[in-house]
Amino acid sequence: MTTQPTEAILTRGLAKSFDEWPVLWNLDLSVPWGQSLVLFGANGTGKTTLLRILATHVWADHGTVAVAGHNLRTNPEYARRKIGVVGHRSLLYDDLTCRENLVYYSRLFGLKNHKSRVEEVLETVKLRDRADFRVRTFSNGMQKRASIARAILHRPDVLLLDEPETGLDRESVSILGELLSEWTDSGRSVVMTTHDLDLGMNWGTRVGVLRGGKINFPDEKLTACGSKSHDNQIRQAVTDSLEATG
Amino acid sequence: MSGLLGPILIIVWKDLLLELRSKDLVVSIVVFGLVVVVVFNFALNNTPGRSAELAPGILWSAFAFSAVLGMNRAFVRDQEQGGLEGLLISPISRDAIFLGKALTSLIFMLLVEAALLPVYAVMLDFSVLSWSLMLTIFLGTLGFAVVGTLFSAIAVQTRSREIMLPVLFFPVLLPVIIAAVEASTRAVGGVTFIGLGRWLPLIVVFDALFLVICPWVFSFVVEE
Repeated sequence: MTTQPTEAILTRGLAKSFDEWPVLWNLDLSVPWGQSLVLFGANGTGKTTLLRILATHVWADHGTVAVAGHNLRTNPEYARRKIGVVGHRSLLYDDLTCRENLVYYSRLFGLKNHKSRVEEVLETVKLRDRADFRVRTFSNGMQKRASIARAILHRPDVLLLDEPETGLDRESVSILGELLSEWTDSGRSVVMTTHDLDLGMNWGTRVGVLRGGKINFPDEKLTACGSKSHDNQIRQAVTDSLEATG
Repeated sequence: MSGLLGPILIIVWKDLLLELRSKDLVVSIVVFGLVVVVVFNFALNNTPGRSAELAPGILWSAFAFSAVLGMNRAFVRDQEQGGLEGLLISPISRDAIFLGKALTSLIFMLLVEAALLPVYAVMLDFSVLSWSLMLTIFLGTLGFAVVGTLFSAIAVQTRSREIMLPVLFFPVLLPVIIAAVEASTRAVGGVTFIGLGRWLPLIVVFDALFLVICPWVFSFVVEE
């Protein structure tokens, strides 16, 4: 960790449009190590686009993005080793078993001793007893758990989660909460989007609202005004910000 | 090269395993290939006296149509199930992804051709036991696989992918198809490698060009 850069994620002047429709513009964001940033925002405000840019799946039109110190434009392959992604789709093949999918991804990421690591993540997401079943036979929640297993397989420094709670039952949500807590406790970072205010407030060490192409941080505004940022005040500020977006 | 080879083999392993599970691609192409040859055989009134003249054309028409059918599916599963996105966020080069998919397509097509050739040989009355014919088929199929993989990656992102692929595929591959038919005509006629003249080197040159250009273009095609 001695050579680690000071920020897990650093963006400067980030802009992205789809055709003529601007989604993100001049967005500056820094996420320190060990922080769990939860992003709220109405539909179409660019939450998923931001995560896809950070995941190197979509290129920004302007600006610079660095994840774990690697510039995504010049060094994407190194950055990808440091990033784990859980999106709306599981990125798993229906006709492979859960274990085969995980072995496949562990080999793509060049993991040594991948067999033991696959068993470890299967245990973490409580899918060991269903590991040899085809993903096609899984419920949505189980597919999401398998997707989480895929994302943490290579022990990424930065986890990007796009509405990860969708489709999960209470037990799975609790497993995910513990996992995220372990992740940030060990000095790694998480950026997550959600529409669930309670969950976001519980899991995030910092909350932001994406609006008008930029991220507002209601808790920082409260602190700047001299107010002690209690959960209720932050919650209210997030709600106000979301309502203003609508 | 070892940095490329590992991911290429992983992609091939995954695609072969998926095909082994579903068997939908290879079986449907073999059936289609048989139908094409039967139709051409009757439409062109192929007789033993004319088979050396007609067989190579029928053979490559069947291979080319079968290749389009197969290439149409090359990226569909990856696109539908998110596997392509999974590959794109993995720390492997776009070249490795392209070459892995192209090698898988080449293996599928060669398997299909190996299944079809004996049947074609009987129906069209020619001998498949010719090294020059085998080499021509391999090199022609390599060109199909490389170009088809690139255009399949382009077509899969469009709404009319079934139409888009042949529209892109055939004009670019026309020189390879013509050279393959000419080389096969000579090979069926019993000539050696030297007798194949300029046609085999022409396929080699096109394959080499495609192997350089297509992976490079692919890296732009898959970026958003």
